[in-house]
Order: sequence, then structure tokens, then C-alpha cells
Amino acid sequence: MDFRFDIIVEYAPYFFQGLLATIGVSVVGIIFGLILGLFIGLGKMAKHPLVRLPFSWYINFFRGTPLVVQILLVHFGAMPLLFAQPNAIVSLAVSLSLNSAAYVAEIFRAGIQSIDKGQMEAARSLGMTHAQAMRYIILPQALKRMIPPFANEFIVLIKDSSLGMVIAAPEIMYWGKAAAGEYYRVWEPYLTVAFVYLVLTLSLSKLSHYLERKYSTS
Amino acid sequence: MIDVRQLKKSFGSLQVLKGIDVHIREGEVVVVIGPSGSGKSTFLRCLNLLEDFDEGEVIIDGINLKAKDTNLNKVREEVGMVFQRFNLFPHMTVLDNITLAPMKVRKWPREKAEAKAMELLTKVGLQDKAHVYPDSLSGGQAQRVAIARALAMEPKVMLFDEPTSALDPEMVGEVLSVMKQLANEGMTMIVVTHEMGFAREVGDRVLFMDGGYIVEEGKPEDLFDRPQHERTKAFLSKVL
Repeated sequence: MDFRFDIIVEYAPYFFQGLLATIGVSVVGIIFGLILGLFIGLGKMAKHPLVRLPFSWYINFFRGTPLVVQILLVHFGAMPLLFAQPNAIVSLAVSLSLNSAAYVAEIFRAGIQSIDKGQMEAARSLGMTHAQAMRYIILPQALKRMIPPFANEFIVLIKDSSLGMVIAAPEIMYWGKAAAGEYYRVWEPYLTVAFVYLVLTLSLSKLSHYLERKYSTS
Repeated sequence: MIDVRQLKKSFGSLQVLKGIDVHIREGEVVVVIGPSGSGKSTFLRCLNLLEDFDEGEVIIDGINLKAKDTNLNKVREEVGMVFQRFNLFPHMTVLDNITLAPMKVRKWPREKAEAKAMELLTKVGLQDKAHVYPDSLSGGQAQRVAIARALAMEPKVMLFDEPTSALDPEMVGEVLSVMKQLANEGMTMIVVTHEMGFAREVGDRVLFMDGGYIVEEGKPEDLFDRPQHERTKAFLSKVL
């Protein structure tokens, strides 16, 4: 079997564009997932059960339904209500943000609740406010524990951005499929795509190990 | 200094404190003893509202803890607490553990907080440990740091919740001697403990709690040598 590098060379500019799109939606998904997730995680830790309710159901919905369904709902359902011409890349970034927020919320909650109760008590007994205790005592310890699950979640997010294919968002998987369709070839385009994802996820994994080491020594 | 009136507290359907009345004078060292489950730790934790109570009043230095205009954080600045499990902040050095609250709560400049911290570390015999992290300390050292941390806020009252119960026996002495020194300097202290020797030697008054009440109280020599109540006698016969 011959391996046609010429297909990869021909599609290289498109793969590069697709790579930028994949990185773009992943970065947006991670940043907004973190912000929204922190907010939802805090909401789910509220004292009053009625306050918690919408936050738990947000998590139930986005964790309990397939991402591909959420992408279709966002792109063909929600976005047309806001824009005349929904952009598939925007829809994908929004879907990834909403979806990862649900997981991030649970990582935040688990991280904060994993810190021994005595830490909060000691901080409060010294006259610190709840906010001060969170900022100086609880969060610095909890964030360290959150690094591995965050890395896990964001690796999944990068790979799941390939589902943008179903709404023709031109990320890297989309171009892989295009090349496969044009030449009726499987190995060249999909191995290229797989390799690119591997480079992205391994980089994130290395970054996570670096952060873990950095914060475990101090 | 501290006035407790008809303090009642339940956890769900279980009433742990059934009406505690006690008055503690400035400079007094009060030792609270009693079987486990008697409510003595809960009583102590109600004094800085780490545990909210259901009924009654706690007045510390003229401030009613449950009054609407009371700023609880301000009260806690004046009431230091030492825990059974130390609860040092593991992500900070010993020095930072001690200086954090004075800097963030009392708004002291760093130099002042660090000078105070070093003075207190010297007092508890750990000046050489200022820059290590808590996980490299022994239990006895950790508890002495915890005492220094509480004292750095210059509290008017110190609460000790079984401060030596989590320690290996050979380390109990070093913590008790720091507490003894503190008592001699005139600190108002309330100590929940099983160390009867300490209660007898350092305590001005001993409270015996059982079943959510203060069953008996008195000077250590009276309570230990001439207990009046059957329950006190039964408890003392087991622990002495």
C-alpha cells in the first residue's frame, strides 16, 4: 500500500486553518467553561436548596445529554434566534463552553469540598471573613488538587471539538473529512488529523504536569 | 469577660447543650472536663460561633454574639482558638501561617506582623522553624505554632479544644508548658481537656460537664478531691 503524502501536502493549508480553528474553539471553550463553571459550581454549593436547583439542573442537562445533540440544538435551535446567519465556529465554541462549564463546576465543587473543614474553621476563628478564608486558605489548596481533573476535562474538550464536523464548522476534523471525501482515502487524512490532536492533547498534558510540579513544591 | 446564659444547642433532634450558665472573669483559667459526648467541645465552639446555638446568650467583653449589629468577625479577632487537629495552613510557611491574619484582618504592615510572629515563635521555642512548612513539624511543634498563630491576633480570650488529644504522649508536655506559661501571664483561657494534671495545676476553676449540663464546678482541689455529684465521682474514678 502506498501512502500518498501529496494529499497531505495539498491539504496542508486547510489543515493549518483547521488547526487554528480547533485551537481557537478549544481556548474559548476552556476560558468560558472556567468562568461559567466557577459561577455554577459556587451556585451549586449555595446553602438554600431552591438556589441550588437551577445550577444542579444545568449540570444534569449538560452532563447528561450527548454533546453532539447540544451542538445541534445550539447551532440550529438557539443561535438562529440571535443571529440571522449563525456561524458554525461560534456555535461550536458556545456549545463547548456550555458543556465544559458543567464539568468544571463539579471539579470546582469537589475541589473546594475536599479541603478539610478545619481549614475554614481556623481561618474564621482568626477573624477572617468567608471571602478572605476562601481566597487565602481554601482556594490555593483546592486549585492545586483541581489541576489533574481540569487537564482531563480540557483534553476531552479538545478532542470533542471534532464534533463540530456535524455542523460543518471548519475545524481540523472537517478538513480531514473533506480530504477523505475528495480522494476516497482513509489513512492519509485521518492519520494526519489524529496526529494533530495527539500533539495538542500531549502538550496540554505536559503543561498540567508542569503546573502540578510547580505547585506541589511550594 | 464572658457571660453565658441558658445556652442551648441541638444537632437535629439531639439536644447537645441543655442550658449552660457560666460566668468567666478576666484572667481566669477555666478547664472543662467530662465524658465524650457531654457537649464540652460544642460549648467551646459556641463561644466564637463556629457552632451556631439555638437559645440563650453569649456575651464576650460586653458584646452579645447574637445581637443584630454584632460583627462576628470583630468578635473572633478577640477570641483565639486552638484546635485538636492543629489546622495549620499546609500551603504556607510557619511564619506566613502566623502573619496572615494580623496582616489581612488587623491590617498590620508586614514588618510589624513578622516581628510579632518571631517574638511568639521564640516564646514557644520554635524560632528556628519560621521558614519551614507545617508538614515537617512534629505534632507538638505544630500545636505550638497553632498557639502562636492564635496569639498573633492579640486576643483577649483563648479557647483550647482538646489541644493535646491528637498528640503522641511524649509531646503533650511541651504544649501544656506553653499553655501554663500563657496562664501565668494572665490570659483568660477556657480549656477543654482530658489532662487532669493540667486542670489541677493550672486551672482556677474546673467545670464538669455531662449530658449537656454543667453538673458540677469548683476549684480543682475541691472538685477532684471532694466531688459532690455521683456522676462526677463516677467520671473521676475512671480517669484519675
